[in-house]
Amino acid sequence: MRHGRARFITGFLALPVVLYLYYVVAPFGQSVYFSFTSWRGFSDEKPFVGLDNYVRLFRDELVRKAFWHNVFFLVAVPVSTIALALFLAFLLNVGGQGNRAGIRGVRGSSVYKVIFFFPQLLSLVLVAILWQALYRGDDQGLINGLLMKLHVISRDEPLKFVSDPTPFLGVPAVLWWLLLIAIWGGTGFYMVLFSAAMQSIPRDIYEAALLDGASRVASFVRVTLPLLRDTVSVAWVYLGFIALDFYALVFVMTPSQGGPNHASEIFASQINFNAFNSGRYGYACALAVALTIFALLLAALQLRVIRRDRIEF
Amino acid sequence: MSTVTTPAGERAARTAAAPQPTRRARRHLIGTDTFFNGFSHVFLLVWAVLVVYPMVWAALSSFKDDAQIIREPLSLIPHSLHWDNFARAWTKGGLGSFFVNTVLVVGGGVFCTMLLGSMAAYVLARYEFFGNRFIYYTFLAGLPVPIYLAAVPLYVGTFKAPGQIADFFGRIPVVGSSIGSFIGPYLGPNSRVMLILVYVAWSLSFTVFFMHSFFRTLPTTIAEAALVDGASHSRLFFGVMLPMARPGLISIGIFNVIGQWNQWYLPYLLMQPSGGEEKKQVIAQGLINLSVNQGYKSDWSGMFAGITLAMLPVLVVYLVFQRQVQAGLTASITK
Repeated sequence: MRHGRARFITGFLALPVVLYLYYVVAPFGQSVYFSFTSWRGFSDEKPFVGLDNYVRLFRDELVRKAFWHNVFFLVAVPVSTIALALFLAFLLNVGGQGNRAGIRGVRGSSVYKVIFFFPQLLSLVLVAILWQALYRGDDQGLINGLLMKLHVISRDEPLKFVSDPTPFLGVPAVLWWLLLIAIWGGTGFYMVLFSAAMQSIPRDIYEAALLDGASRVASFVRVTLPLLRDTVSVAWVYLGFIALDFYALVFVMTPSQGGPNHASEIFASQINFNAFNSGRYGYACALAVALTIFALLLAALQLRVIRRDRIEF
Repeated sequence: MSTVTTPAGERAARTAAAPQPTRRARRHLIGTDTFFNGFSHVFLLVWAVLVVYPMVWAALSSFKDDAQIIREPLSLIPHSLHWDNFARAWTKGGLGSFFVNTVLVVGGGVFCTMLLGSMAAYVLARYEFFGNRFIYYTFLAGLPVPIYLAAVPLYVGTFKAPGQIADFFGRIPVVGSSIGSFIGPYLGPNSRVMLILVYVAWSLSFTVFFMHSFFRTLPTTIAEAALVDGASHSRLFFGVMLPMARPGLISIGIFNVIGQWNQWYLPYLLMQPSGGEEKKQVIAQGLINLSVNQGYKSDWSGMFAGITLAMLPVLVVYLVFQRQVQAGLTASITK
């Protein structure tokens, strides 16, 4: 049983570990090193500047903007997606007619689930390009065209969507329009997830609640929601990370990839711009390190929140 | 308590001797039932329409000609079926070659990810040795790190790779320089092999994490029996453990297919020709370029055809395997 054990372990681990070190770990290390230099790409010379890049980062107006836009997505995307997904999953599983013992799905709930899942399969890039056609700023666009036909908006004042920087509730309109796309794309998946979790809750719990005279809504709020806590927190973690990475939407849809007038700048767009449009490699790496620290803090926070006692059934 | 009662419900109701609602209250309950059911359907239908309508609109617009798209942008019915839009998107738009590139890269990428990922996960989950925990946590540490942290080094490194590899092998006498100039381009920019390796490396964290927990749950007795019967470690893995891990492999496989199919930033960064050769773009990257160029050519029907062509295969595969896809994706995130 012992023979060849060491050789086997090395043989199985060598390739994955080498690949991972070469393409993932080494670039991380290099990035951290570059972030202390003022390297500008066109020469191999990497002058060491210490913490200069980090000091500059805190004074950079655009970076501050990007940070708050990231925070906006980080809060708004999970909250709105989870709320809508829970609501739809509730309707899907509890909205059925008759038999009030336990949850009873509406008729055709599996068809709804199949349809709601569609956007999840499209890449964010494809979703962005599809929505470009919806968000066109003239009557050619689906939304503007429909609204004009219904006389909700006049022909001379079409909605400007992603080229609209005017703030709404303190956040540029363009970000709200991007948020809408994110919700469109994400809700179906989380609804299917919550729905599966709801169905795994044993029926007798509901029967007990109903015998106690609880209404549907009450049993949802008092029984279902607490039992879904694990699933919801997992969804929150995932949506948090997805929200940090909405670069595809910004890249494809917004004017000058972060515009108009920097109204949709996020960390990723700042990193990409500094590195590959201005050749400020060192500064871009410092930004990336800052983003990573932010992401790690977020992950640590989420792990703390999730790691409370689980309910087993 | 309502018109239809299950035997179980009835029994439960009797044994618990729950207070029976009065007749009026009962009628009231049935009333809210119907109302609630209708209310649910309305909302669900509205959301279904919101999801499907844009996609159907884009798909049907791809059959119109440019003139109709401009005159009646909202209409769903094309005057005549312009199949030539698809031909144009496929050949002139380059979607054909995008598809080939994507299929090759994602096929190779997912296969190698699954193989290497489950090999590493298996060894880390079931063998104790010095450094096991360290390697496992190194893989795990990559999970929350955004890809942008690696952007600059990956870009720079990939463009330098061919030269460095040629130098490295050049030091070996006689055959060295020819080996170097043979391998170099495969690991340089605009190479499918390079993109596959990058995809694999970046997918390993999650695959190892997921499969690790899966291999942990498999019973040890079967493994011991196989070893007693004289199976080697690698035979035990490929012949016994890997087949037993099939449900896990399917989940993580679907997850990786979708993840790598949708990847756009890595190709955008790395699939750029350094010389004059043709750009080997994947679908996501190619569509971005098409939609950016759209401003100049305004071939709207071709654009819609491109969107439809990119959308359809995924949706068709999904409709065929929808149960597995739904289950696989939800399982891979709740693990």
